[in-house]
Amino acid sequence: MNQNYLEFEQSIADLETKIEALRHADQNGNLNIKEEISRLEEKSQKLTESTFGSLTPWQISQVARHPQRPYTLDYIERVFTDFQELHGDRLFADDPAIVGGLARLEGRPVVVIGHQKGRDTREKVLRNFGMPRPEGYRKALRLMRLAERFRLPVLTFIDTPGAYPGVGAEERGQSEAIARNLYVMAGLTTPIISVVIGEGGSGGALAIGVCDNLIMLQYATYSVISPEGCASILWKSADKAPIAAESMGITADRLKRLELIDEIIEEPLGGAHRDVDLTAGRLKDLLSVTVETMSRMPAERLLETRRQRYLNYGRFEEA
Amino acid sequence: MSWFDKILPPKIKSKGSKKSIPEGLWKKCPACGGVLYCAEIETNLNVCPKCDHHMRIGARRRLDLFLDPEPREEIGANLSPVDSLKFKDSKKYKDRLTDAQKHTKEKDALVVLQGKLEGMPLVACAFEFGFMGGSMGSVVGERFVRAVNTCLNQEIPLVCFSASGGARMQEALMSLMQMAKTSTALTRMGDRRIPYISVLTDPTMGGVSASFAMLGDIIAAEPKALVGFAGPRVIEQTVRETLPEGFQRSEFLLEHGAVDMIIHRRDMRTHIASLLSMLSVTRPAGVELENESDEGEPQPGLSSDI
Repeated sequence: MNQNYLEFEQSIADLETKIEALRHADQNGNLNIKEEISRLEEKSQKLTESTFGSLTPWQISQVARHPQRPYTLDYIERVFTDFQELHGDRLFADDPAIVGGLARLEGRPVVVIGHQKGRDTREKVLRNFGMPRPEGYRKALRLMRLAERFRLPVLTFIDTPGAYPGVGAEERGQSEAIARNLYVMAGLTTPIISVVIGEGGSGGALAIGVCDNLIMLQYATYSVISPEGCASILWKSADKAPIAAESMGITADRLKRLELIDEIIEEPLGGAHRDVDLTAGRLKDLLSVTVETMSRMPAERLLETRRQRYLNYGRFEEA
Repeated sequence: MSWFDKILPPKIKSKGSKKSIPEGLWKKCPACGGVLYCAEIETNLNVCPKCDHHMRIGARRRLDLFLDPEPREEIGANLSPVDSLKFKDSKKYKDRLTDAQKHTKEKDALVVLQGKLEGMPLVACAFEFGFMGGSMGSVVGERFVRAVNTCLNQEIPLVCFSASGGARMQEALMSLMQMAKTSTALTRMGDRRIPYISVLTDPTMGGVSASFAMLGDIIAAEPKALVGFAGPRVIEQTVRETLPEGFQRSEFLLEHGAVDMIIHRRDMRTHIASLLSMLSVTRPAGVELENESDEGEPQPGLSSDI
């Protein structure tokens, strides 16, 4: 099995392997082979289009967690200039599962904060698989206050399986750290724009996601609990994750219809990792426009609109 | 053989003796296993007279023990939950709601009452843990916000007794957003300097603990309540070691600086009343506080003051 392809993409992977093998064989520029290659390439393209044209929510959540999916730092590198990473919560430690700092978006200084996953095993462990501890959230909080003080917009990138469920995290007040961020973000007098770039895992995601404008990449997910977690609690079996993913409505298009998010950024065919530059380019364009619009709003109106937005969330019957 | 048979002298033991004990008169303490007379538990505020274990109690009973007998007015009673996602696991969400409503006689997991505590007007809310694990969905969030709004309108404090497993999965992302919604409402309390006391009771976990439960101006807890973000089972599976004795209990939280105090249930009324009397800013009608602006508008963005 080709590790760069997900399980449901294996027939595409097989075709690509065949094309690669033919290219290798075609050292003499044999015309017949060239035709065969282009025929296969067309077939591969069509197969990818049809596969990605009808992804199930469970398949989308696999794309969102794809090992090659671009992470926060991949976007920071492409969307911003002059990124200066700022470290530490000034209380306990620096949590590498959240990165943040100052950067310029088309010349304009901003504060960027995001969950960060690791690419190889060593980095995965260092980044704790993108699961922040309280110090990560407190670093984020510190940077948001910095942004408020110097009137800089805050841009956050969400990509986490959730806040880390560990002994130390509980000892240092994981709940309080998340709750405090929600509270402060609901009163921050500077624009906040959030983008779910991969996994939006529950409270651990929301803790940097209370915002004026919520953007999701096409194959990102945002959910109250992971499909596996939901399945093991409600169905008593993690194997039912595909059904849980379907039931909870975790995908960008479903959440847009539920009016829980504002914008969707279309990903390249096959997912963001197939063309990181293209995805980052689209992200940059949308962020620039949004920051421009938000920055023109008076702080008080911005804050009141944000508060109303959250106070209005909810579906119930009133007799 | 039951404990009763064991202590009876053999002579008195007869076939008929067991039948003479009516159901529901006796109850076992879940902590010490002591057998207790139900009426005694009731008069002791559902605290075990033998080991002081604070048993879980329903929302109405909680508020009944806490508030003065009169006056009491319910807030948000007209709100009921809807199944907007048509969610179905092993059972339909709609059916789960109906069952929970029948079982608890509540429409959802939070009950809000406006009343008085030792003569001091306030709003108090309490979770009904029996209603789907006290999980927070849209109705819980909305009732909490209405509780806050009443406090803002009448400039009276808020006390919340939480007991919840967290966000309600059946309402998916909308229930996650209730964390942001309730926290947002509390920023207005902060701006207006109206006190909010959060009392953590057994158990307060997940999305409820990671939002308004941890945002009290003062955070108190009942003895030995389980309070945390992740459940102990999840943590055990993650770190692959057994958790220390007393982990995530109120005493552990006090030791780690997460709560201000632990209050015994019998002292709840007097302690909270004393705290509130020291926090509540006296405002004669029509007189603005010095530091409020001329328009009487709250200052937005006091976030860095907290």
